[in-house]
Amino acid sequence: MAKTRPLGVIPLGDSAAYVEFSTTLDLEVNSVVQRLALVILKRKVPWIRDVVPALGGVALHFDPDNAEFPAQPLEAALEIVNDSLKQGLAAKDDPGREVELPVCYEPQFALDLAEVAKKADLSPEEVIRRHAAGEYRVLMMGFAPGHAYMGGLDAKLAVPRRASPRAIVPAGSVAIANEQTVVYPYAISGGWNVIGRTPMVLFDASRPRPSLLWPGDRVRFRAITREEFLALQKNP
Amino acid sequence: MSIRVLRPGLLTTVQDQGRHGFQRVGLCPGGAMDPVALALANALVGNPPHEAALEITVIGPELLFEQDTLVAVCGAEFQGSFPHNRPVLAPAGTRFNVGRATRGARAYIAVAGGFAVDPVLGSRSTYLPGHFGGFEGRALKHGDVLPLRDGAAHQRFNSLKKTRDGTVKWSAPPLTLPDREPILVHVIEGQHFASFDSNSQRAFFDTVWRVAPDSNRMGFRLSGPPLGRPQGDEILSGPTCLGSVQVPPSGVPIALMADHQTTGGYPRIAEIASADVARLAQLAPGGKVHFARCSLEIAGELRRDARARLESALRGIAWEYQRK
Repeated sequence: MAKTRPLGVIPLGDSAAYVEFSTTLDLEVNSVVQRLALVILKRKVPWIRDVVPALGGVALHFDPDNAEFPAQPLEAALEIVNDSLKQGLAAKDDPGREVELPVCYEPQFALDLAEVAKKADLSPEEVIRRHAAGEYRVLMMGFAPGHAYMGGLDAKLAVPRRASPRAIVPAGSVAIANEQTVVYPYAISGGWNVIGRTPMVLFDASRPRPSLLWPGDRVRFRAITREEFLALQKNP
Repeated sequence: MSIRVLRPGLLTTVQDQGRHGFQRVGLCPGGAMDPVALALANALVGNPPHEAALEITVIGPELLFEQDTLVAVCGAEFQGSFPHNRPVLAPAGTRFNVGRATRGARAYIAVAGGFAVDPVLGSRSTYLPGHFGGFEGRALKHGDVLPLRDGAAHQRFNSLKKTRDGTVKWSAPPLTLPDREPILVHVIEGQHFASFDSNSQRAFFDTVWRVAPDSNRMGFRLSGPPLGRPQGDEILSGPTCLGSVQVPPSGVPIALMADHQTTGGYPRIAEIASADVARLAQLAPGGKVHFARCSLEIAGELRRDARARLESALRGIAWEYQRK
């Protein structure tokens, strides 16, 4: 871990910076990024108001009107990152938060299961078994509030995105593409292959912790029946 | 205390200076598209700069004030019989009829005391894609009744020095309105600028771009010559920011505005200087913009200059409230 060093710091305009560690997806690097983001958050730097762990680095969003905003924010951002790395991150096998998401994989919800099975050359049952057996990590959140990009998908299930995106993917849809899985928090357009649906509400602004998933969380999926889905939907 | 919506206008929402701290779960700060005009509107009615106001867009609303209300409109100029950029004491029963924007695209209607809507995650801004914040998480509709907090309208208005007819004659400077189009917007090169071919790089700076009709609070699509795809491998999705200019495969650049996505997988050709984002937000669909390259240092200077102009205007308004 001590070997992980930023490749550089890229300005996102004059009010944010992206400290990049890797230009490709590397789960080891992402794990460092997640733990680094937590250390930076804990420092409560008054001129940094958002710390966003991304797939290959961490973005720091500034409050330029803060009295302590430095004259050289890029250098200061890099220094904070390097100090945080020196200070030490949480142990790699720190279990972190573990979240279990119930998912109904039945045909009514698994809009693209048959096609995924065909592309992966597996039976639909085997696709479900492999997806539900996986242990995932939230690598980055974005696209929509509460929308988590999760790594750890079985390599056999790594199929490309749909050729044409759906105009509306139902809220709670569990989908896969390439080597990641996502859950759509709202009914929005999207191009990932939908293989199930969770009755859980992924993002609710009225909750004190609005998002069900947070960066770095470990996630497991638990297969449930349609009856369980409906019961949970009524009474989460 | 309330305001009744007789006609909602094209897109009228409650907005403040945004909610920060949730970008790591994919929620953008949102808030006013033109935070400078919002701060001025608030100052004009004696509110703190972060108070929520109505953001009106291109076609304004018609509002009925159900009690004496101290109100100010700041930002774009709209048709209507009310003065812009100064506090007005509107008596109970006033129909505040706002027409079309004649210069700029967005204005803020601030009322003394602010709107009595509950903050969600620390902000009263309406986040339309998520259906929360502001007034019921949506744009205003005909018949809505917006609750107000008591803004001591008379007391505040009385503290201002007035002309013989009982009105205020000074006005706040419109800091973000374009004098002429195309407006000039400064950008620094984006992370992927170098991976665009030289024709696309040149076209980006040579083109007078038009804000496309399908632009919204999430992003402005810029019509012009489509830009070529960048060379090299597909890029890893990464963070975005207010003012990032992305180029999707269609080649039509998108400038990310207040309700932008917090991450994206499209190459970013440019990042707009934060001082110029509010000015871009004042372009209506069809509005013209061209981009000028600047260094990060210059972008910082532009931001400090803009901040100094705003603070000076806010001080001027505060002085009017203390002078009598």
